[in-house]
Amino acid sequence: MMAQKSGRIVAVTGNEAVAEALRQINPDVSAAYPITPATDIMQRFTGFVSDGKVKTEMILVESEHSAMSGCIGAAAAGGRVMTATSSQGLALMWEELFIASGTRLPIVMALVNRALSAPLNIHGDHSDGMGARDCGWIQLWSENAQEAYDNTIQAFRIAEHMDIRLPIMVCLDGFIISHSIERIEYIDDDAVSKLVGEYKQLNPLLDLEHPVSYGPLILPDYYMEYRKAHAEVMSKVPGIVLDVAKDFEKISGRKYGLFEEYRLDDAEIGLVILNSAAGTSKDVIDSFREKGIKAGLLKPRLFRPFPYDEIGNALKHLKAICVLDRADAFGGSYGPLFIDIAASLYPHKNGPVLINKIYGLGGRDYMPSHAELVLNELVEIVKTGKVKMIKEYIAVRE
Amino acid sequence: MKLKGWKNVNPGAVCTEAGSALQFKTGSWRAYRPKWIEENCIQCLFCWAYCPDMAVNVKDGKMTGFNYDYCKGCGICALECPGKKGNKAIVMEEEGK
Ligand code: SF4
Ligand code: SF4
Repeated sequence: MMAQKSGRIVAVTGNEAVAEALRQINPDVSAAYPITPATDIMQRFTGFVSDGKVKTEMILVESEHSAMSGCIGAAAAGGRVMTATSSQGLALMWEELFIASGTRLPIVMALVNRALSAPLNIHGDHSDGMGARDCGWIQLWSENAQEAYDNTIQAFRIAEHMDIRLPIMVCLDGFIISHSIERIEYIDDDAVSKLVGEYKQLNPLLDLEHPVSYGPLILPDYYMEYRKAHAEVMSKVPGIVLDVAKDFEKISGRKYGLFEEYRLDDAEIGLVILNSAAGTSKDVIDSFREKGIKAGLLKPRLFRPFPYDEIGNALKHLKAICVLDRADAFGGSYGPLFIDIAASLYPHKNGPVLINKIYGLGGRDYMPSHAELVLNELVEIVKTGKVKMIKEYIAVRE
Repeated sequence: MKLKGWKNVNPGAVCTEAGSALQFKTGSWRAYRPKWIEENCIQCLFCWAYCPDMAVNVKDGKMTGFNYDYCKGCGICALECPGKKGNKAIVMEEEGK
């Protein structure tokens, strides 16, 4: 059966596409504070509120700490809640991120990835999202505006699933995606609301017939049980992400998995890379294929929880892999994506040789020539069996 | 009380049972213990109103002493107590003395 396709084809920015998804979902409450480059999402969304296009209660707060606090309160009260932020804004939410996840509140947040200060920089890199990768939230990463739009819609279904009830971040690259105009297919409003469905409450504070308390003190006799329960609930996420993707495909015709494999089946060398730079890399992979070099790519989509088994199995047959990180883990020896990829390959004894390149920090352009350089190095590694340097910054001046 | 395992804890540690704090005795946190001096008590019930827990016992509208299962020894009751003619009806005494 042909997947039913619907909706409009438009030329919009990534931020505009995310705002449109939020309009279609029409959440109950949003608390937000502006920060570049995410500002534009909430600016457009507050426009929808003012124009009566959504019924959302919009709370304009004085900081991101308050924005996330407001979201937590509203979600505990029993509402469908969303917000958006970037960089320092996410950093300021830090303590509340753990409260949202530990309290199991299905808040949806668009994270427009931007470098962290200092030095001050407003451009795209992944250090904000990577810094928050272990805070108990789900993270979906998006290559382009279409994926950001699609992920935003799916995020509500995933987060609100009764078996998990977890907050979720939808990541997209600052400026490169948030502010660039692309061709997007929007899904019809009706199809989106049907897919997302009516919000189901769990222990809402405003249900006066069933009074509940949120945020009790949990001492050493119970804290570990709650943490273990959280670890277990994270393990249910990949299955739900795949189920939601199947339903999403029915209304959009677009297929999603836990990660994208690009020409990977018979590949000998490969790149692992997140978000927008994957697009550039795929073009270069194609040109290597034309030269008869078996190159492929893996782009994680569900980064938290990280699907270790599935990714390990998808990569284990390769001879050499370069993991490209748009963030560094200072003092942690390798970039954050590399660390997870290495862990996913750990059970595979004769797995591929791994190298790690740090690229594109603070919005530094990632060029096709960079992908070429890296792929040529992998070819060399396969030929000689020698690795010059495991981790290296690329496109940086000495 | 038998402790629950991780499979049986409430998602998000939400308390769905009203008044469940009753099961959680916190009196052992106390370093100072309020002592009631009945002859100085004017039964104003300030102590009962100000106590942040449920550690002041009141029967038939009258203060009758403390519930040391819940009293954390914060001393608020002693501070607020007007007593009689400047003589406090609650004084804090160091535990273990
Ligand atoms: S010391 Fe504090 S907790 Fe104890 S009875 Fe007085 S006010 Fe209540
Ligand atoms: S505050 Fe003091 S005087 Fe008032 S009821 Fe309590 S013990 Fe008695």
